Amino acid sequence: MDATQLRAMIGKVKAGRLSRRAFVQRMAGLGLTAPFVNLMLAQEGFAAPASFDYKPTKAGGGGTLRTLWWEGPTLLNPHFAVGTKDQDGSRIFYEPLAGWDPDGNLVPVLAAEVPDAKKGTVSADGKAVTWKLKRGVKWHDGQPFTADDCVFNWQYASDPATAATSIGTYKDIKVEKVDDYTIKVEFPKPTPFWATAFVGAQFGQIIPKHLFEKYKGGNSREAPANLAPVGTGPYMFVDFKPGDLVRGKRNPNYHMPNRPYFDLIEMKGGGEAVSAARAVLQTGEYDFAWNLQVEDEILKRLEQGGHGQILITPTGNIEHIEINQTDPWQTVDGQRSSIKTTHPFLTDPAVKEALNLLVDRASVQQFIYGRTGVATANFVNNPERFRSRDTHYEFNIQKAIAILDRGGWKPGSDGIREKNGVKLKLVFQTSVNGPRQKNQEIVKEACQKAGIAMELKAILASVFFSSDVGNPDTYRKFYSDLQMFTTVMGQPDPQEFMRQFLSNEVAQKENKWQGRNVTRWRNPEYDALFAAAENELDAVKRATLFIKMNDMVVNDVVVIPEIYRPGVSGVANGLNVWISGWDSNFWALQDWYRNA
Amino acid sequence: MAGSTPASPTAEVPLAAAAPLIAAAAAPRKTLGGEAWRRFRRHRLAVASALVLALMTFAVLFGSLIWPVPINAIDFAAHLQGPSLAHPLGTDDLGQDLLARMLYGGRISLAVGFASMVIAVLVGTLVGAVAGSSRSATDTGLVWLIDLFLSLPQLPLLLLLIYLFRASLRKLAGLEIGTFILIVVVIGGFRWMSVARLVRAEFLSLREKEFVEAARALGAPQWRLVMHHILPNAFGPVIVAATIEVANAIIAESTLSFLGLGFPPDVPSWGRILYDAQDYLDIAPHWALFAGGAIFLTVMAINYVGDGLRDALDPRRVL
Repeated sequence: MDATQLRAMIGKVKAGRLSRRAFVQRMAGLGLTAPFVNLMLAQEGFAAPASFDYKPTKAGGGGTLRTLWWEGPTLLNPHFAVGTKDQDGSRIFYEPLAGWDPDGNLVPVLAAEVPDAKKGTVSADGKAVTWKLKRGVKWHDGQPFTADDCVFNWQYASDPATAATSIGTYKDIKVEKVDDYTIKVEFPKPTPFWATAFVGAQFGQIIPKHLFEKYKGGNSREAPANLAPVGTGPYMFVDFKPGDLVRGKRNPNYHMPNRPYFDLIEMKGGGEAVSAARAVLQTGEYDFAWNLQVEDEILKRLEQGGHGQILITPTGNIEHIEINQTDPWQTVDGQRSSIKTTHPFLTDPAVKEALNLLVDRASVQQFIYGRTGVATANFVNNPERFRSRDTHYEFNIQKAIAILDRGGWKPGSDGIREKNGVKLKLVFQTSVNGPRQKNQEIVKEACQKAGIAMELKAILASVFFSSDVGNPDTYRKFYSDLQMFTTVMGQPDPQEFMRQFLSNEVAQKENKWQGRNVTRWRNPEYDALFAAAENELDAVKRATLFIKMNDMVVNDVVVIPEIYRPGVSGVANGLNVWISGWDSNFWALQDWYRNA
Repeated sequence: MAGSTPASPTAEVPLAAAAPLIAAAAAPRKTLGGEAWRRFRRHRLAVASALVLALMTFAVLFGSLIWPVPINAIDFAAHLQGPSLAHPLGTDDLGQDLLARMLYGGRISLAVGFASMVIAVLVGTLVGAVAGSSRSATDTGLVWLIDLFLSLPQLPLLLLLIYLFRASLRKLAGLEIGTFILIVVVIGGFRWMSVARLVRAEFLSLREKEFVEAARALGAPQWRLVMHHILPNAFGPVIVAATIEVANAIIAESTLSFLGLGFPPDVPSWGRILYDAQDYLDIAPHWALFAGGAIFLTVMAINYVGDGLRDALDPRRVL
């Protein structure tokens, strides 16, 4: 597409013949990020993005909305959610105070308005935020939603005995009830990115005090409402089979007018991405399919089925390879990959550097992901201002061999390199998924040429991403040398995202493997940079700090970023959805409707 | 009841009567093996199938010497190509040569199939024979055991066993051998029940036959009765069951690969190739067709060979 065509398209947007959203999506298809496109539109004289155009004039009457999540949620308490499947499942029933729209702006949900420094609801020193709650909101069982519920969520999540996955967001803040419909969130230090607690699907969903009060602390997992949620959302709970099916019916007392449009919602789990894509695009059995991590070649063909199309949404999600810093083959205190061990060779700079050179990102993009992925050297890719310009990636087997030779790793009699009796043999795990298995093979072949032996392991997605503490094959336990998956950036800010490299977030037996630092990399310098960024009120300086952290984990090869992945969902023809790459797929579920 | 059954009218009587005739007509074919071979050859499909099977076994064992292309060499320039001179069976979506992968994968699929069959038949015959030849509580107990195994939910149990023993076996015997042993034992260990039932039923009927009674009257000990008189006569149905087991095992292995519990995902067993190819059925049909065709051909050939063998080895059959 050249400048003239682009101008013509912008002209169409101006004339109202092309929606702004469609334009942003089309640009995303070309690899341009939302902030960049918005800038482009701003230069052409556009104001802030228009909100979603909701047409139905009354609630209900839409029939059943059938959605397909090929990894079904395993529990429906947002504070225990592991991965987007659990967050999305809970988000049908629970809501946060505010969500993120596709352009990274805050949109109020249970809040009456978004806090703003100009109105004085965000304090000048960056240490306090005042939220005004929407009045008249009721839980599905008829109880009123008040400030007490918000305060309770903070107490619940910040109690270490509860073992909530959201503890990182809540443990250092203080939440105070000002009146029944106002709360004040206080931060111990100046906090530039204050929109963490109570915001977005990842850590912001609010559960009712009256049902969870008795289950705060050690018995948190025993609450009946963990499996039968009572929330404030557009749909009310009907039935839940873990990993398989979530069903909800329309909430007649929903707090937004004329919403929701559908009478019933079904969130079906299980299967794999290709059959999910087929069910929406080719056969039309379902209306919406999440996260279609499928070879582009297949998607293009399925789209010819004529029942639906894929929707590409900009995100900060990154498909990457994690490198275990601890020894996964040694058991210490009843756990493998214990932080009391170090990996026998993956902490050796020569090996790490060689591995980084052996990942052929360009081919992975070109031959596997196509429209749905962009090769990258960075862990943080979006929003644009946080993207590092100092990193680069390279695929060079000869160079990797030279580095290994220099590092003292010599080929043994079987062709596998060794040093002091330690052989370069790796186990590389990921979830069962077409593109991932191909990606594994591409990495394995290159490693083999360089004298590194690799065993591939593919684990069912429902096990790999499960929150089950008893299963040894989950990614959080990381009982292998390398693993590959996508980390989701839940907010248009890298702070939560970069928490996963903090020393105090290490996943281990003591925290039931709920910590987010799965590589178990610990670096005081990084911790210090993070602490500084958390309190830096100058936006430019703060961005620089995050870029520095990104460069640290990339240059130290704690992770090998591969593909930055925009969100890809399958949408049936005629269904209108509002998807944001910065929040749950269901962040605006109440606005979904079908053309009459 | 079995004891009152008269000796088979089609088998013993004519055979005994015809024996001198056969001996006179074809003097050199007197041995049991020779006789079986003669009968087997008359089953044309079985002979053809045996040839196909032999060819396949030869190909998977020595094919990699004649076609020394690495199974995992990735060549994106040649991805999803149909059959050509450079790639006689075409390539997959990473541009890997399918012929090389099929040859390698066949080794695994065939080995898993035959080894699991051997285990199933050995265990099944042993249990069936012991149950069928004993008249005490042992029989009842073993029948209970068979019923117990038949009623176990197999897939969950398989998953459990694999989770429990995968790591330790791998440590003991290496990655591929360890996985192989585990899969073979697990598949074979859950498939012996039908064989055991067949053998037991045959034993119950055969042990009352006159020739067995005659042997007993001549003072033959129990083991001799079982090994020389009853077992050889009970083998017909077992052979048919065994051939079906081979096919089942090949398919069971691909199920396990599908669940991510069999061999690692980059080991191209036939089931795995088929699984990878399914999404490309409409743009690259050759990929699935060759793997599927190989499984189909093997299973069919084994079934026909089994058919022929049963006819050839059944002493009561006239051919």
